[in-house]
Amino acid sequence: MMFILPSALAMLIFIALPVISVAVQSLFIEHDKVMVKVQSCTPFGCTDDVQIDNAATQALNKNEPLGKFNGFGTFLDRNHLATSEIGAILSRNSGLADAAGRIYALPFYRALSFTLCYTFVVTPLAMLLGFLIALAINGLPGYIKGPVIFFSLLPMIITPLVGSLIVYWMINGDAILGATLQQIFNDPNLYLRASPVLTWVVLLVYGIWTNGPFSFVVFYAGLQTVPQDTLESAMIDGASRWDRVRLVIVPHLAPLATFVGMVQLMDNFRVFEPIVGFNAQANATSLSYSIYSDLNGQFSQLFNSAAATSMLTIVGVIILLIPVLIRTWREFNLKVV
Amino acid sequence: MDSVAYRQPAWLRVAALVFVLFWLVLAAFPFLWTVWGSFKVEADFMSRQTWLNAIFGAKTTLQTGAPFTGDNYYGAWVTTGLWRSVANTIIVTLAVTVISLTFGTLGGYALARSGRRYSFFILIAALVFRAMPHITLVSGYLLPFFQLNIWGFIPTAIIVLVAINQPFTLWMLHSFFLSIPKDLDESAMVDGCTRFQAFRLAVIPVMWPGVITTGLFSFLLGYNDFAVTSMLLSENNQTMVPKIASFLGSIEQTGQIMYAVAAVVSATVPLFILVIVFQGQIVSGLTAGAGPR
Repeated sequence: MMFILPSALAMLIFIALPVISVAVQSLFIEHDKVMVKVQSCTPFGCTDDVQIDNAATQALNKNEPLGKFNGFGTFLDRNHLATSEIGAILSRNSGLADAAGRIYALPFYRALSFTLCYTFVVTPLAMLLGFLIALAINGLPGYIKGPVIFFSLLPMIITPLVGSLIVYWMINGDAILGATLQQIFNDPNLYLRASPVLTWVVLLVYGIWTNGPFSFVVFYAGLQTVPQDTLESAMIDGASRWDRVRLVIVPHLAPLATFVGMVQLMDNFRVFEPIVGFNAQANATSLSYSIYSDLNGQFSQLFNSAAATSMLTIVGVIILLIPVLIRTWREFNLKVV
Repeated sequence: MDSVAYRQPAWLRVAALVFVLFWLVLAAFPFLWTVWGSFKVEADFMSRQTWLNAIFGAKTTLQTGAPFTGDNYYGAWVTTGLWRSVANTIIVTLAVTVISLTFGTLGGYALARSGRRYSFFILIAALVFRAMPHITLVSGYLLPFFQLNIWGFIPTAIIVLVAINQPFTLWMLHSFFLSIPKDLDESAMVDGCTRFQAFRLAVIPVMWPGVITTGLFSFLLGYNDFAVTSMLLSENNQTMVPKIASFLGSIEQTGQIMYAVAAVVSATVPLFILVIVFQGQIVSGLTAGAGPR
């Protein structure tokens, strides 16, 4: 059918082609500056000097904007997989902590460790929060449900950058939460920017705050369809309240939970705006943020470095995606049969 | 849940109520705090002495003569030209929503009605595309866009956002059209309609609930985007979110952080209204098992 064409074309041109473009760019590297020999003569004699030929450099960049071919060089350099640095660290280090610390100092592994930590801490905790809110609301009278759902939706649909700014301004050293924290820990120098631990904790808590409502809404809808017969027979068999949650409700929600979990893993893996909003790049960066900062460079945009990080990120996404793909494949085949 | 057997013991009801109230405060307080504080001066909103200043506006009264001030909004909208970004945002989000829905309705309908194998592969591809972090795509756009000389313009950002939006729109409308019985358009075709006439006369009149729900999420994607709009738009064409981000660099140093606060509140208001008006649709869209978000 022709109806699919506009949609398919849009995805082909603006999603599939850019991925190919990224793949190509990642194999190239910026041109070296073109050097010329200049002879400068003074009354005391002549010296040969090497200077950057700006005109020639610009012409070269214009003619071959991709740069020169570099193979997998960019992937292996210090700013990405840093294979030689890793090799050196692994072959000579004083203990596990030292090795981990030195690996963490490499930009790519720094971004990767925060990204993975964020993905795998925020996803389960946000789902747990959502489940608890859903359970708690389910037992309450109807008139309270509307307002609760209204306010619960806000942290979820808020623009990610705006949401993180709102929280950032509260936790800033001088503002309400920041000042309270300084009092609690009795440490007047406890600032977000000065404390990597605080930065990580705040980012993770923010992630749970903004991701929890999605799980809540889905689980709350799921709770409305829990089979009442099963609940009743469980009660007749003497199941306690906790047993009913554990043996009836949780299994009933399990398929929903896998769905929510997989969606959230993919979304959290691209964590980006909170790092901009919380101004956290000194203490925590993510893969998406390092691509952004490469592209947003003050002096020059590092397209090739950004492309290499992008490729590595895409590999990570695909690894996370494999279970989803398998599930969709199974469902589709079930539907056909 | 009304029978006596289901009734929860008192302590559990109290615990549930306390927990829900705690969550309500957690969810709502940051917004209320920021909206309230946007009418204060910085010395109150981020008061070193006591947070009570932010509530009663002690310094605001000293500096402006009243406990509330609209200076922050004047500064943001007029002095720093937020109104221009707001206009751009309206253009971008409206265009993204309308075009996404047009493409998505046609495509979703086609996928739902065709039993062919390739429709499955398009859906799988859409699933993979849906998972791509937007910033990785942006790093693919920049160089070609510079070469083609289409970087920085609003239509470029619109079509890119439409494309990024397609996987989700396609999945959601696909599952929605699956729930509309095939008989409807097939009987129209038996009566002599072409496929397009059947779509126009039989399907379009009944598709609005699904389209509106999908449209809400398309709107949110266009409105909330930062990665694409911040990298692909020139300074004059900036939308609200990248404009706010650019405030952070320039304004924080000059001590006018309150402009950014006012801008942030201005950007939040449409979302508030959206949730108030469309709460039911948002919830049903999330729960319809709409597939990937």
